[in-house]
Amino acid sequence: MMALFQAKRRNILPGFGLSMGYTVFYLSAIVIVPLSMIFINTIPMGWEPFLNAVTAPRVLASYRLSFSTAFFAALFDGFAGLLTAWVLVRYRFPGKDFLDALVDLPFALPTAVAGICFATLYSPIGWLGQLLSHWNLQIINSPTGIVIALVFIGFPFVVRTIQPVLEEAEQEIEEAAHCLGATRWQTFRKILLPHLFPALLTGVTLAFARGIGEYGSVIFIAGNLPMKTEIAPLMIMSKLDQFDYAGASAVALVLLCISFSMLLLLNAVQEWQQKEYRS
Amino acid sequence: MGIELQNINKKFGEYKAIDNLSLSIPSGDLIALLGPSGCGKTTLLRIIAGLELADSGKIILENKDTTNLPPRKKNVGFVFQHYALFRRLNVFENVAFGLKVLPFKERPPRIEIRDRVEHLLKLVQMDWALNRYPSQLSGGQRQRVALARALAVNPRVLLLDEPFSALDAKVRQELRRWLRKLHDEIHVTSIFVTHDQEEALELADKIVVINKGRIEQEGTPQEVYDHPANAFVYNFLGNVNVFHGRIKNGKVSLGDHDLDAPDELKNIEEKPSQTFVRPHEIGISRIRSNENDLVGIIHEVRLQGGQIGLNIECEGLDNPIEAEVPRDLFVNLQLAKGVQVFVTINRVRVFAGDYEI
Amino acid sequence: MSQPDTNNSKAPVVNKRISDPQSVQVLLIGLTYLFFIGFIFLPLGLVFTQAFQKGWSFYLESIREPYAIEAVKLTLLTVAIVVPINAVFGVSAAWAITKFNFKGKTALKSLLDLPFAVSPVIAGLIFVLLVGSRTPFGSWLGEHGIKIIFSTPGIIIATIFVTFPFIARELIPLMEAQGRDEEEAALTLGARGWQIFGKITLPNIRWGLLYGMILCGARSIGEFGAVSVVSGHIRGQTNTIPLHVEILYSEYNFTASFAVASLLVFLALLTVVIKNGMEKHFHKNSLHL
Repeated sequence: MMALFQAKRRNILPGFGLSMGYTVFYLSAIVIVPLSMIFINTIPMGWEPFLNAVTAPRVLASYRLSFSTAFFAALFDGFAGLLTAWVLVRYRFPGKDFLDALVDLPFALPTAVAGICFATLYSPIGWLGQLLSHWNLQIINSPTGIVIALVFIGFPFVVRTIQPVLEEAEQEIEEAAHCLGATRWQTFRKILLPHLFPALLTGVTLAFARGIGEYGSVIFIAGNLPMKTEIAPLMIMSKLDQFDYAGASAVALVLLCISFSMLLLLNAVQEWQQKEYRS
Repeated sequence: MGIELQNINKKFGEYKAIDNLSLSIPSGDLIALLGPSGCGKTTLLRIIAGLELADSGKIILENKDTTNLPPRKKNVGFVFQHYALFRRLNVFENVAFGLKVLPFKERPPRIEIRDRVEHLLKLVQMDWALNRYPSQLSGGQRQRVALARALAVNPRVLLLDEPFSALDAKVRQELRRWLRKLHDEIHVTSIFVTHDQEEALELADKIVVINKGRIEQEGTPQEVYDHPANAFVYNFLGNVNVFHGRIKNGKVSLGDHDLDAPDELKNIEEKPSQTFVRPHEIGISRIRSNENDLVGIIHEVRLQGGQIGLNIECEGLDNPIEAEVPRDLFVNLQLAKGVQVFVTINRVRVFAGDYEI
Repeated sequence: MSQPDTNNSKAPVVNKRISDPQSVQVLLIGLTYLFFIGFIFLPLGLVFTQAFQKGWSFYLESIREPYAIEAVKLTLLTVAIVVPINAVFGVSAAWAITKFNFKGKTALKSLLDLPFAVSPVIAGLIFVLLVGSRTPFGSWLGEHGIKIIFSTPGIIIATIFVTFPFIARELIPLMEAQGRDEEEAALTLGARGWQIFGKITLPNIRWGLLYGMILCGARSIGEFGAVSVVSGHIRGQTNTIPLHVEILYSEYNFTASFAVASLLVFLALLTVVIKNGMEKHFHKNSLHL
């Protein structure tokens, strides 16, 4: 509190009290207090019941599913995103601006719409579902379907994180490498890729964090079979439906902790990124 | 007294920006606060304006104690280094702003506002730009509008924070002269902050040299240039050669040479000394004119417009001497790199004790 | 072989970089298109083919159907409330963060990233835990006739949580770039707080504010997970457009589901176009923002 008053004396422009006060009030009411309900509902559980709730086979299966699908989707997005960013920044071709704009589509599209789209697309009578059934591949009701939906969701994060870095990369360095006899592939591998790595990591981490908690785009294609294709958020939903508030909170708490550590990791990566680009 | 500052102190965290500074400025004067970057001059200016709060001390403007008043009530005109024109308002609206935000009772009628704005814009020679926007103006034009804007509310005091530093050299010179003329017309007590000693010397009625939050010297440009109070002031105002040596028994050593010590330092037993010599206070000739002359070889020639800069390696001195000679002399004596010359030091300033530049 | 640029809306910088060999370029561009076809064009195309499968009149019927209309009304109501509230917050937070120096600024900025790290389902959960009918606070509210969960207010609050950073995150870099000089100048000229804000700051940030509000609005319309938890799925009363899409789909009423979904797709495409259009505008006139 003292620090706040001192700040008020130090700062000359008017409105500190009002704006800061409202901001803090709003954040407390909308964010902090509600989020704390998770803790409030899990702490009285006691350590053992908490562990039991969180390590029940079905719950563990849902964690495994959410994390593994998010992981693979983020990985795939890493490649696809890098490819797309490269092509959009470095090349000129018909439809480039069109593609550039569409990168934002997964971000702007409601998740439910994405969900029904992919579910229909890969259903046994869907365009791609029919195609793949020739090879006996079933996408729907399987983890692969989930991965595909998550790839769609996470894609813009990777592209939009890499694009600015690629755009600002100094061309002199590549020219120097070229003069020294490096092939394009060598230049890419040894010089550009390390330079892009922090941004790539940030984008992939963002996609991963997003993928863990994703709900709307996944539940339609997943089939939601317990122990097989039931994602963690759905786990929370079903516990809520049974009014098992404590159980839902427990599962949510674990997810939150992972997400927050992702956020912290991201901040650390971004600080590393700043250092890398300042030098 | 136009402006009076009493015992101003300001700290930023652990860093002491202003150290017990007191200053009096007569009404109607144009004062320069001169000093290197980070010496506290801008902080001082902002404190006077109320944009920063001093930790302690008093600020009295035109005999009114304004120490605790918010900027709004101080009636101070402030011109920012980067103009700070309101980018969404045109020139007229910018200048009229201070008048339009007056409380209802004090606000003049629209016609009067219009007249005042047009008069001021004419004064700063920007009346043609009434409807233009800041982005359509050059730097010098923007600064003039900023000045008109600050003057519109009849400030007690006008404060300018490095007003010309963001401009090209030529525009800077033009605006300097123009500011002096303007001040002579309107006579508002004014302080401007600068790190450019040429600017201060040319413009100001009085110069206040500041270093590390303290006043090193106040005086007219003549006083400060010809009679610098200490080594810092001497070094800051103009180019200078510095020689480190010792004062002993009434003599100052300049490398291997000895000079008579100035009167005020004759009684010193033994102390390290710094001797300052200005480049244009050095005489160059082809023949020895004085037994104290140094002999040396020209190592470097620099064309500096009307003057020629010479670097001369002298016998008995560790470092080369920098001298400045008029172009005519350079040509007449047929000076060039490698030529041997005799160096007469016409004027020195000696300071005893340690001094770090 | 030079590839013509079809969209020349931005001044092209002639790319003098050492370029990759043509075969590589073709390959990479081809792969990219393949990805886009599989993940973007096909789904988009699907929406429209499915929506119009039973013809134009069925399409219109699905959209004009009473429950669908109610869903649209509820969604619009939500947006109309959420966006202004979050705008006030966004401006307030941006003002506090950019015009002043104080300890804990970075912590405050990190708090703004919170919703991005929280699963939408959890976003809904926390409000159920806070004001659900089985909680002490919730039942107290229930006694006074105020129902939040499984009713409109719950949807609004959950949407507020999910979308609150958008406007603040737009304004903060903008206002940081613009600096404090103009506000300080206004201060020395005698302006008071609200005058400074209204005459100087607000005009300077208007495009950033609009842009942030559009993003916030688009997100509010499309939010599904959080709203799904708090709404109760009561048709005609607590269904937003995305929830309505879900219900239709789960009833195997695919065509109607896609018909309603197509509205959201139009909106998403519009958002994408506006976003990219404004970004290009920003880039050109970054000093004039």
